[in-house]
Amino acid sequence: MSELTDLYQEVILDHNRKPRNFRAIEHPTASQEGYNPLCGDRLTLYVTVDDGVITDASFQGSGCAISKASASLMTEAIKGKTVEQARALFEQFHQMITSPPGSPLPEMGKLAVLSGVRDFPTRVKCAGLAWHTMKAAVSDQPAGPVTTE
Amino acid sequence: MATATAFDVTAIRADFPILGTEVHGTPLVYLDNAATTQKPRAVLQALQEYYASSNANVHRGVHYLSGKATDLFEDARARIGRFIGAADPREVIFTRNATEGINLVAQAWGRANVGAGDEVLISAMEHHSNIVPWQMLCEEKGATLRVIPMFDSGELDMDAYARLLSPRTRIVAVSALSNALGTVNPVEQITRAAHEAGAIVLVDGAQAAYHMPVDVGAIGCDFFVLTGHKLYGPTGIGVLYGRAAILDAMPPWQGGGDMISSVTFERSTWNVLPYKFEAGTPHIAGAVGLGAAVDYIGAIGMDRIQAHERELLAYGTEALRQVPGLTLIGTAPRKASILSFVMDGIHPHDLGTIVDREGVAIRTGHHCAQPVMDRLGIPATARASLAMYNTREEIDALVAALHKARKVFG
Repeated sequence: MSELTDLYQEVILDHNRKPRNFRAIEHPTASQEGYNPLCGDRLTLYVTVDDGVITDASFQGSGCAISKASASLMTEAIKGKTVEQARALFEQFHQMITSPPGSPLPEMGKLAVLSGVRDFPTRVKCAGLAWHTMKAAVSDQPAGPVTTE
Repeated sequence: MATATAFDVTAIRADFPILGTEVHGTPLVYLDNAATTQKPRAVLQALQEYYASSNANVHRGVHYLSGKATDLFEDARARIGRFIGAADPREVIFTRNATEGINLVAQAWGRANVGAGDEVLISAMEHHSNIVPWQMLCEEKGATLRVIPMFDSGELDMDAYARLLSPRTRIVAVSALSNALGTVNPVEQITRAAHEAGAIVLVDGAQAAYHMPVDVGAIGCDFFVLTGHKLYGPTGIGVLYGRAAILDAMPPWQGGGDMISSVTFERSTWNVLPYKFEAGTPHIAGAVGLGAAVDYIGAIGMDRIQAHERELLAYGTEALRQVPGLTLIGTAPRKASILSFVMDGIHPHDLGTIVDREGVAIRTGHHCAQPVMDRLGIPATARASLAMYNTREEIDALVAALHKARKVFG
């Protein structure tokens, strides 16, 4: 049960119930769709980039608590960051959720609430969906919808 | 082993070694049978004994073991054929699974018999494996894929079906039992109407075969597919039943050893049924294992299994209806084995993870039936699916785990 409460921490449940930045941006710099075919999670991520800085980020879609909370927390985290910093954050986040259980965790601030995912290998893709979608959204290479499969 | 005189679920459970497993420190409650069923010791022993004492290649050796392996393989074919009411073993073709059986028909029969302007008719509740092969065929041939609609309950709209049938309809391909909703479809009636319209019929029996007695003769269908691993048998073995007259007229599908009668560099001629459709060394052990599985089922009695599961489905339906915020998905009057549901405020994937920690294995997602989810306007469901060894206590464990999930989500 302790791993379960680690996974479903109050912060995650709160972001699931009341996702932040859960809206469309009317004229985004980029919008990107992400899809997890395994569980049917779908989201659209919107970003506004001004002179290399992410000035606004939002998302819409449906998904499990983990994917929704992860998207919500991510939009909060990347706002005000440069595209480069957001990419670096993607790498850190990815490392956090895929590192072996019990190994030391990178310093992730508020995003650390999602570290419990690494004890649930079948849920790593849920947490990663928004992040992979963000990475594609700020990429210089235009891409089709991101899928986690 | 369980006897034929009474349905003793405790004795049956003792035949399945894996049911004694603990997961996350609690006894396994296996309710993902629509994905695959567990295997009785009789099947495990048949596999072990085949490899330990009979292994050789079939149909081509003069030596003792080859003869023994061939006898076991062909004997399994005959027994599996009888299990589904196929009188003639020539009509029983071994495949990898139900998917391969459908692809065989779509490719070998379809390419020779479906042309531009023709129509292929499937239903709104098909598994992807009974959608995609037909889409590929229709695309290649300029034919049209049409879909029999269903009501919100998951029941097929038979009036719409009657209207969709036309002289352009070449084949009707429908599931006997929906894996996502549990609907039992009236395949006899569907077959009769298709034949009157001049179309042939493929019945996807992947789910039905382990929940109810199957008699392909009584259904009257032209093709019937099943997969071994859902029938308490090994993975990698399935069956395509086809009427001999149609199979004889069909070109072969895959080329290779066993399916030919003679080969020269100029041309080859085809072997007789069923070998014409069995290129390459087959899954001999798998066939032997599946033969043991149908013997096991036969000793218990499919009628008894069906009665037990029916009682359990009724119990489970009532129990789940009492769970606050739970909605059952798939409420057709004729149902078997499947309890698909959603819960307010908790995504099925989260449910799956939480109940897993209580030892309860269910499936969550679209169940390889994305059009069903789209039709009902939901991204996914949680699905508990029953088999002969499940008990009321396991339903209770599922319900308790769902209450736990509600507690976690507040």
